[in-house]
Order: sequence, then structure tokens, then C-alpha cells
Amino acid sequence: MDERHVTLGLLRDLLSRQRLGVLATHGAGGPYASLVAFAADDHLRHLTFATTRATRKYRYLTEEPRVAMLVDSRSDDDLDFHGATAATAVGPVAELEGEVRDEARARFVERHPHLAGFVAAPTTALLALDVETYYVVRRFQTVTELHMR
Amino acid sequence: MNGSPVPLVLRDADVDERVAPYVGGKALALARLGRAGLVVPPFAVVTTAAYEAFVDGPLQARILFELERKDVADMRWEELWDAALRIRSLFLGAPLPAQLHETLATGLGELAAERAVVVRSSAPGEDSAAASFAGLHESYVNVRGLDSVLEHVRLVWASLWSDAALLYRRELGLDPRRSLMAVVVQEIVAGESSGVAFSRHPTSADQALVEAVHGLNQGLVDGTVEPDRWVLERDSGRVLEHHAARREEMVAAAGAGVRLVALPRRRRDRSPLRDDDVRRVHGLARGAEGSFAAPQDVEWTLRDGELFTLQSRPITTGGAEDDGRAAYLALRRSYDSLVVLRRRIEDEALPAMAAQADELAAVPLADLSDDALLAELERRKSAHDGWVDVYTRDFIPFAHAVRLFGQSYNDALRPDDPYEFVALLSGTPMLSTRRNTALGRLAEMSGRDDPGFAGALEAFLEEFGLEPPGSPGRERERAVMTAVVERLAATTRGGAPGELSGVSEETAGSRAAGSRAAGSRAAGSRAAGPAAPSSSPPASARAARPATGTMGRDELERCYLETAPEGEERERAAGLLELARAGWRLRDDDNAYLDRIEAQLTAALAEAERRGLETGGRYAPRQVALPSPLGRPHPPAPPAGASPSPTSPSFGAAGPPPADGPGGDRASGAPVEAVARARQLVGQPAGPGVGVGVARVVLGPDELAEFREGEILVCDAIEPGMTFVVPLAAGIVERRGGMLIHGAIIAREYGLPCVTGVPEATALIRTGDRLTVDGYLGIVVVG
Repeated sequence: MDERHVTLGLLRDLLSRQRLGVLATHGAGGPYASLVAFAADDHLRHLTFATTRATRKYRYLTEEPRVAMLVDSRSDDDLDFHGATAATAVGPVAELEGEVRDEARARFVERHPHLAGFVAAPTTALLALDVETYYVVRRFQTVTELHMR
Repeated sequence: MNGSPVPLVLRDADVDERVAPYVGGKALALARLGRAGLVVPPFAVVTTAAYEAFVDGPLQARILFELERKDVADMRWEELWDAALRIRSLFLGAPLPAQLHETLATGLGELAAERAVVVRSSAPGEDSAAASFAGLHESYVNVRGLDSVLEHVRLVWASLWSDAALLYRRELGLDPRRSLMAVVVQEIVAGESSGVAFSRHPTSADQALVEAVHGLNQGLVDGTVEPDRWVLERDSGRVLEHHAARREEMVAAAGAGVRLVALPRRRRDRSPLRDDDVRRVHGLARGAEGSFAAPQDVEWTLRDGELFTLQSRPITTGGAEDDGRAAYLALRRSYDSLVVLRRRIEDEALPAMAAQADELAAVPLADLSDDALLAELERRKSAHDGWVDVYTRDFIPFAHAVRLFGQSYNDALRPDDPYEFVALLSGTPMLSTRRNTALGRLAEMSGRDDPGFAGALEAFLEEFGLEPPGSPGRERERAVMTAVVERLAATTRGGAPGELSGVSEETAGSRAAGSRAAGSRAAGSRAAGPAAPSSSPPASARAARPATGTMGRDELERCYLETAPEGEERERAAGLLELARAGWRLRDDDNAYLDRIEAQLTAALAEAERRGLETGGRYAPRQVALPSPLGRPHPPAPPAGASPSPTSPSFGAAGPPPADGPGGDRASGAPVEAVARARQLVGQPAGPGVGVGVARVVLGPDELAEFREGEILVCDAIEPGMTFVVPLAAGIVERRGGMLIHGAIIAREYGLPCVTGVPEATALIRTGDRLTVDGYLGIVVVG
């Protein structure tokens, strides 16, 4: 099995197990990071997340749509150094609308049913990170790049 | 169960000690009584395993998400009402998995399919000698058909999370997340008379007690029907006393449920029990006591001479009054008891309050001698305390009419938004909106320099003012009102969005939130966001709603009423809507009435202080508060100006910063110069819409004159004397929480974004801070 398949399998496993990722943004006020609930699509091309429009991260996204999102499997103990997997997804973020939004919303709510009310609010934006590259880290320092296009 | 899976349904014959943890005390008691030879109607138990199968997973996550946005210990009872209503909607909206449905249908068999039944809660630990949840969980009488039975099983499950049950568990230190619920489905026995029997009198060890009513015992249990009472000698069963009730009504099975009906004349003069039946009922209670080796509180019914046992539970030490349940039980009222309560409030209490306020206002305080003034102070304090008691006993529980209607609406229409029903209540004329309409007329007069303005202002103060004529308080009130009127008039001349029609009763609530003020953002509008990823058409700012979500008020009302069968059921639905409208209106009006009495007390206090008389703080107005069991009061409002001061907001001891804010806690070892500032505060959504504007923190009516149109009003609670600035606000943030508090109701009336229940709102937000009030999600963003 080639490296691409191995890495994709690893990613698929990671993104299906984890519910939260760290979103790194950058705006006029400088760098910023936030914990967000996400849902990946079947092809791992898009990571969907939600935020209200009054937040700092939303403002920064309007200023600089390119972001990174870290998803990892650490459990905060020594074993993490060789056992945990971390993936950093990089690409531009866009706010979803129309049918695309409806589909993404259904997928997001299936993954996070308790957030159904949150994403239904008119003040909540549903956004997708269109992943260009994943940087996958295993065994502390083994790094693989997965270019999605 | 020896490692085998717990059945989801058990029939009465299979209920014994081995399954005790899964069937609850009520079911176990019934099974034991049946085996002891007492006559118990046939029943089945939907075990806790069925509850777990339904709740575990997404529903559990959503419940916890609902409850844990805020520490339950910090929630006022109104907030718990809201949380409980939303959780109830989650239970109703969650589908019953096909496998679970099939298993329950098979297990309940002909009991659910063919007979009228009672669906009762039977939570493990519910009725122990240490705690009694009697009345706190739901029971439903006269339920017919499998679908309806399963629907009501769901409602009983949901009642584990009712506000009353949550409050009681909080007092007992029980974690609701670990609580489970079994449900008894029992064939109904419609007896000619029913009641309760205590094998030992709750307050006298050598006596026993029997209470009885004609018809079903629901009227006795919820306090709607007064029972006949017999006090007996415990050992001999000899009747010592008989207190006959005024027998006028009874509860009978009717349609799908029960109804309070007039008692036929021939039964009014007849006691619900003959003497020998009283002794039989007492014997039944003693028999139950023998079975459980502890004094019992037994519910029974008598049909065709046969005595049935409906349930039995140990008598807790002390009654509901002693362990505080009474306060919580008073929050739950039946339709019939609310009808009675409304009559008492509208026909008796409010006119009496108004009359007393007028009478007190007529007393010329300045002319009284010092002794007479102190006597007057005593009289006013006593009057005020008395009305605070009435407020707590009658006015607060009457707000339950709104909830009862909300439940009925949600049961019938299953809307996505559990508060959709509020659309049918808002727009109800209230004192506050009437006052604001009058204020609008004054502003028009002022704007055109009408010579009748001064007289009109006096007439306004006479009708709506809180302070007595001629008092220093009235002078202050006049100055504030004049300033407000001038500001309104200036706004009109400038043609800004907040024109005078904005404060008219007729248009209240008809405008979109966020269009209130220059600089505020329209509801649901968005800032320029990241580019859309495709060429798909722009999404509507509003989320998709169910069919009812797009309906107007009249259509919604028709839709709701038509869910009830024509005839008596529909009349009752209309009656419930009318009750709810009265409850909604009174949530505003009753505050205004109580304020008038309080104003008279404070006027006398001010006069005493002016003369330097010693009052020793004895006459300070007592605040309305729901009594809390076990002596732990609910969090009180911080006094105006309490530290931390609004001009130096800091988390300090107030708690950790929210997730969005940087840290800066000295206790944690952070540098002493670190400063923590609130960035995002969470409360409860109380008025939909988004308001953006500058904060104006108002700690008391005296500060209202500073309020500018388009600002966000941030306050502890909107007092009746503050409502006139509401139409000028771009949004409202209150420390006090709940959909049914005065401020939230007024905000809804004017279509304003409103977030309530924000802890420390007036301390963490500063006047001048830029705020975004998200009334959909209950979030306030600072900066």
C-alpha cells in the first residue's frame, strides 16, 4: 500500500474519531487560535465548522481567509509522544450558502447533534476549510504532506 | 438480573425485589401490595433500561448541552423553567427508534392498546423515606391508545428534567445526569370516590388521617378540590374528627384526560365516604404499613364497593411544607387551578392593591407628627410585606399559565422553536406599553410647543407615576420624564428611525429587531463575510423554519386551536390561550402594582429620614424571592453599585474569564498587572434579533435620563419605572434570567434583541463598551 493510501487511512480514522480541532487565524489584531467543532466530508476535502458572526475568529476570517486547523489524538500523557497523531489542514475558508450549506449543515449536525440549534441560528455562519494540504505527524517527528490538489 | 439484559417492559407479575433498580419504588410497592392481597389495578412497567435506550446518545448530549451552558446553581427558577421547556421539546422531538417502539408495543400489549390507562412516573429512589418526589414528576390520567401511551411515556421521561424536579434534586445534592426513570402504565379505575390515607398522621404519632373527594383524586392531589378529612385513632381506627368540605366540584375522566366538573347537587350533601368505608380505607393504609414495615401514604379509589390501591409510599419526615417541595409544587398548576387563581388576582388582588396604593398616596406625610409618621411607616411596611406574600403565593405561580400553554402548543404543533408560542402572547396590551404610548403623545405635544403640555405631563404622572404627588420623589420623577420627553421630541424632529410611532402600543412588536436605532444592525444581517465557495444563490439569513414558522399570529392561533377536536376540547384550548395571555400581561402589570405600594413605603421612609427619625433599617422593603428549601436562598441580586464596580470591570472573585477572553487571575499566579476583561458573555436568548450598539449600564431609575437612543440597555432587571426607555434601545442585556421575566416580555413586545440571565452583566460591561447582542443564541459580545 502506498504512502498516499496509508496517510489517507490514518487521516480518515483521525477525523472520524475527533470532534474538535484548533483553528488558527490571522487578522489585523494578530494571530489567534480557537477550539472548534468540525465535520469532514467523505473525501476529506472540506472541514466544516460554525461560528457566530460577532466573534473575533469570524472577523479575522473576513480579513484573511487562509487558515490552519490542527486535529490530533493526544490524551495528554507520555504515550502521546509516539502514539498520538496530529494533522494540520491548510487552505482557504469560505462561508457556505444555498444548497452547499444545507448539505454541509446536515453532515455537521449528524456529527454534532447537540449543536443543531446553534447552527440553525441566523447569526451563526457555517464555514468550510477547503483543504489544500494536510501535514500529518506520527511518532513524534514523522511528517507526511498530503496535497489534495 | 444475573447478567442477562434488563427487559424493557415488565408485567406486574414479574416485578419483584430482583428488578427493583429498574422499576422504581412506585412499581415495586404496587407489586408487593398485590402479592399481599390488596386489590391493585393491572399494570406494566417500562423499565429504566427503556429510558436509557431512548436517552443515551445524541439526546443525552443535547440535554447536557442545554443544562451546562451555565452552572445550574446560578440559575434562577425562571431560567430553569426555560431550560426544562427546551429539554421537554427535545424529548418530544426525538424519534422513538423503531426497535424500541416495537418492543414497548409488544410488552405493553392489550393494556396500552385497548384500555384507558394512567401513565405514572416511577423513578428509582423517587419515594424513599429520606426524600419524596411526590408531585414533582408527571403522571397522566385517562390515556388511550398505544401511540398516545407511548407519547405520554416520553413526557414522563422528560419530567425527570422538569424545573421542579431539577430544583429539588439540586437541593438534595442529587445529580440529574445519574437519574433514571421507569414508568408505570396502569389500567384506570374510575371510582365514585377517591383519596389519600396516611397510616400515621404526619404530625401526630398516635393518629391517622383519611382524605376523600368525589370522583378521581387528581383534584385532591393538585389542590383544586377540597377534600373531606377524617382524623382517626391510629390503633383502634375510631374516628375522632370529621371536617366536611364545601363539596362543589369533582374531577372526572373526560375525552383524553380529566376535567373539573360541577358536582351533581345530590352528591354535594353526601360525604364521599361512609363511616365504615373510612375505617376500610384506614385498614388499607395500616395493611400497607404492615407490608412495608413503615408508615405509608396510600392513594386509593372506591368503585362499586371495591377498594383499589393506586399507590403507596413511605411518609417522609415532615410534609411537603417542611422539606420545601411545597414551593416547587406551587409552580405547577393545572388548568382549573389557574382559572381560580386568575379570578383571585384580577378580581381581588389587583383592585385591592390599586385601592391601597391610592389610599396610602392620599395620606399627607409631611403633616403627620413624628409618632404618627412612625405608625404610618409600620402600616406601610406591613401592607407591603403582605403584598409581597401575595405576589409570591399567587402572582408567580400564575405565570405558569404561559408555560402550560407553551407545553400544549408544543405538544400539538411540534415547532422547531420551543418558544414559537410566544408569538400568540405578545402584543397583549400592558401597562408598560400603554404608558409608552402616552409618553409618545407627550413628546408630540412637546415637539410642537403645545401649551397644554404641562397639564398633560401632570396627568401622565398622576396615572403612571410611582411617587406621591408633592413629594421630592415626584419632583425627581417629573424631571426624568421631562428629559425623556424632550429627547423623544428631538428624535422626532430629526426624523431618526426611533420616531414616536416607535413607542406606540399599536406598533409595538411589529418591527424587526435591530432597526431601532442608527448604528444598529438589522436582524440576521451579516458583515461582509468570506467569499461563498460556489455560485449558489445567497442563503436567507433566517434558518429554515417549520410550516408554522412562517405563519402570522392569526393563522398560528387558528392552527393551534384546530389541533383540538371541536367542542369542549377546543373551548379548553381557547381558554388556555386566554389564560396564558393574562399570565403574560400580568407578568408586567403585577410588577407595576407592587411598585406602587413599594413607592408609598419608600416615601414614608424618606420622610422619616428627612426628619432624622430612627428607623433602624426595619422598614426596608422586602424583596420578592421564591423561598428556597433547606435554607439556601437563590443567588440574590447584587446591590446597585456593588463591587466590582461597573467602571472597573474585572473578573476577580466573580469567576474565571470566558473561553474567548485572555486570562489574568492573580490567584493563579499570573502577573499582578494582568487584566481580565469580558469578551463574550453567555445568558439566555429572550428576544430574537441582533442589536449592535454602545452599552449604557443603568443601575437605577435615576440613571435613566442619561440613556441615549440606539444604546444597549444593560441592567440588573428592568423595573416597571424603567420601561419607557426600552423602545429607544437597540438591545437589552439583563442579569436576571428567563423568558418570563418582565424585561424579556417587554423586549418581545417591542421586537428587541434581548439576552437575559447574564451573570455579573452590570459589573463586567462598562458604559461605552461596544456590544453585539445576539438574541437568537443568548450571547453578548463585548468590543
